[in-house]
Amino acid sequence: MIRRVLLHGLGRGLLTRRPGTRRGGFSLDWDGKVSEIKKKIKSILPGTPRDLLPDTSHLPPEHSDVVIVGGGVLGLSVAYWLKKLENRQGGMRVLVVERDHTYSQASTGLSVGGICQQFSLPENIQLSLFSASFLRNINEYLAVTNAPPLDLQFNPSGYLLLASEKDAAAMESNVKVQKQEGAKVCLMSPDQLRNKFPWINTEGVALASYGMENEGWFDPWCLLHGLRQKLASMGVFFCQGEVTRFVTSSQCMLTTNDEMVTLKSIHEVHVKMDHSLEYQPVECAIVINAAGAWSAQIAALAGIGKGPPGTLQGTKLPVEPRKRYVYVWHCPQGPGLETPLVADTSGAYFRREGLGSNYLGGRSPTEEEEPDPANLEVDHDFFQEKVWPHLALRVPAFETLKVQTAWAGYYDYNTFDQNGVVGPHPLVVNMYFATGFSGHGLQQAPGVGRAVAEMILEGSFQTIDLSPFLFNRFYLGEKTQENNIM
Amino acid sequence: MWDLVLGDRRINSLRLVAPMWNGTRGIHRLGGAVVPEGNQKKERTMLQFLTDHFYDVEALRGYLLQREMSKVHLKNRFRDKEWIRPDKYGHFSPEFWNFREVPVEAVDASDCEINYEGLDNLLLLKELQSLSLQRCPHVDDWCLSRLYPLADSLQELSLAGCPRVSERGLACLYHLQNLRRLDISDLPAVSNPGLTQILVEEMLPNCQVVGVNWAEGLKLGPEEQPQDPASPVPA
Repeated sequence: MIRRVLLHGLGRGLLTRRPGTRRGGFSLDWDGKVSEIKKKIKSILPGTPRDLLPDTSHLPPEHSDVVIVGGGVLGLSVAYWLKKLENRQGGMRVLVVERDHTYSQASTGLSVGGICQQFSLPENIQLSLFSASFLRNINEYLAVTNAPPLDLQFNPSGYLLLASEKDAAAMESNVKVQKQEGAKVCLMSPDQLRNKFPWINTEGVALASYGMENEGWFDPWCLLHGLRQKLASMGVFFCQGEVTRFVTSSQCMLTTNDEMVTLKSIHEVHVKMDHSLEYQPVECAIVINAAGAWSAQIAALAGIGKGPPGTLQGTKLPVEPRKRYVYVWHCPQGPGLETPLVADTSGAYFRREGLGSNYLGGRSPTEEEEPDPANLEVDHDFFQEKVWPHLALRVPAFETLKVQTAWAGYYDYNTFDQNGVVGPHPLVVNMYFATGFSGHGLQQAPGVGRAVAEMILEGSFQTIDLSPFLFNRFYLGEKTQENNIM
Repeated sequence: MWDLVLGDRRINSLRLVAPMWNGTRGIHRLGGAVVPEGNQKKERTMLQFLTDHFYDVEALRGYLLQREMSKVHLKNRFRDKEWIRPDKYGHFSPEFWNFREVPVEAVDASDCEINYEGLDNLLLLKELQSLSLQRCPHVDDWCLSRLYPLADSLQELSLAGCPRVSERGLACLYHLQNLRRLDISDLPAVSNPGLTQILVEEMLPNCQVVGVNWAEGLKLGPEEQPQDPASPVPA
């Protein structure tokens, strides 16, 4: 009797996993052993059906403590910090689900790769400062045995932001905040600007702010690769698939004001494979929405925003994809090696690329000019009409240039206040956000990853307090506006 | 030093050192570059013979060598001020404390394991004129971006042989507008040394940039002699 109960209980636990599914680290060459067993069975019993021990190595595991939707730099950063800050080694199983393993549309790879501390919000400045120190010591953070050290190709050339008359006062107060937080930024008058960078035309520039240290640009692919490599060595699971469904369970509770609130919690994630109807239900405890430009769809799957507008249930995640173009041109008489990333008063920006007089840059379109984000086709007329005139005005050498190539990428644009969304959702209690950074996600990823990991493991932000970035602000209508967006 | 003087085979290395010890004459014949080869051999053998057989000659030779070395020390000065060096244990003498108020003009941190945080100490030296970071293993592009506080005084900088410095870090040297001599030779992480040198020279027009051996990439024709590595690099 007792034996039957024990077998029944144990059986449910041990034998629900189909043979052939990968546990990861069970034994060396597990896949090889399984294929050998299959061959032996086929040779002994020639009439066996093809899928006796089906290969499920492409499927995610059936249980995972944390499921991270989105394998870009933010998702990987959260996974890294979860693994780094967990109390017991191997104490948490983390699964990263990425729809496209080539990252062809992911914002991370298509990014210009800049990092700067010139923001108006102290939290953004601190995130950037931490990210700079993370990148500087990247080989200590992301070291993997027997792997060569990472070379991020960091250019410490700094950012130069130009302000017209009407923005000068805002820039001055921003620089004050930045200096208070510890960023190395200095203000320059038009005369000083002309002395320092003779190739600039200072017409219309009232003030400029120049970052001297911890600012510049780097190679985002290298960071992505380094994170993936380190995560694989830390035992994080990767899966290529698309999240199609969340299975939630609800609980009705009363608030202190005697209002009924339905709290939901996701306990299963359905991950669908590419070009197939096959899907794997993954039991999970925590879901992290790091899907970048597509975060709103993932949030909608969990029922966020399904309710009467104006209520907390009806507040959608206001993140949408916005297409941005980047153009690469060649200009032999252009500014020299010392050129920082220059952001003009008109919003146009450019930086050097390599040693060979190549430059890349672009401009954020105005609301009316917003291109259709359905695809990543490049509009070359946009450069001719909306970008080049401003560049040529600011840098006369750019009057003669030749465009070599161009690409487009998405901003995960937060339409509410252009700042990130971090932390748990008030109603779907185990979904955490790490998205909506509207063009500065790459440079804040290390800091945000750490903050989300702290929120999950400790229950509150420990190092940098990102409470202004919680989801609640969308319902309460409190904007955490960032003024310096490119 | 004593070993360099004895022994016929090591005289070649002494010739390289000889230009430093100019104007010395005496029984050592250390200005060997001037004396023709045959003569030198005969006298050397004579001196050698005497030294091997008479203790007094050996002692005299030792004394004269010490005198030469102190003269060399007098010559090895930074613009008439002596270098303060550590002793053989790496310690500085206690008299160093007397110099607390004196501004530091030159620092030689060659082969030193100084890193990004360690540069805090160097950046406090507001009157630093010459900085040598040759062959420092941890000095990289991030460290170079920290050097701008020295812009008012720094005139000479040497980064020769630093394995982690690349052309991206060299772009930060733009802030050092008073720089007059920059040594960027032998940087393995720089992808295109010739082009980098041109761009750095354009960036710092008042600075003399020492870097690339322009003959490096050239192929020698059959009639040209191989270059003597000791001859000065054409700047």
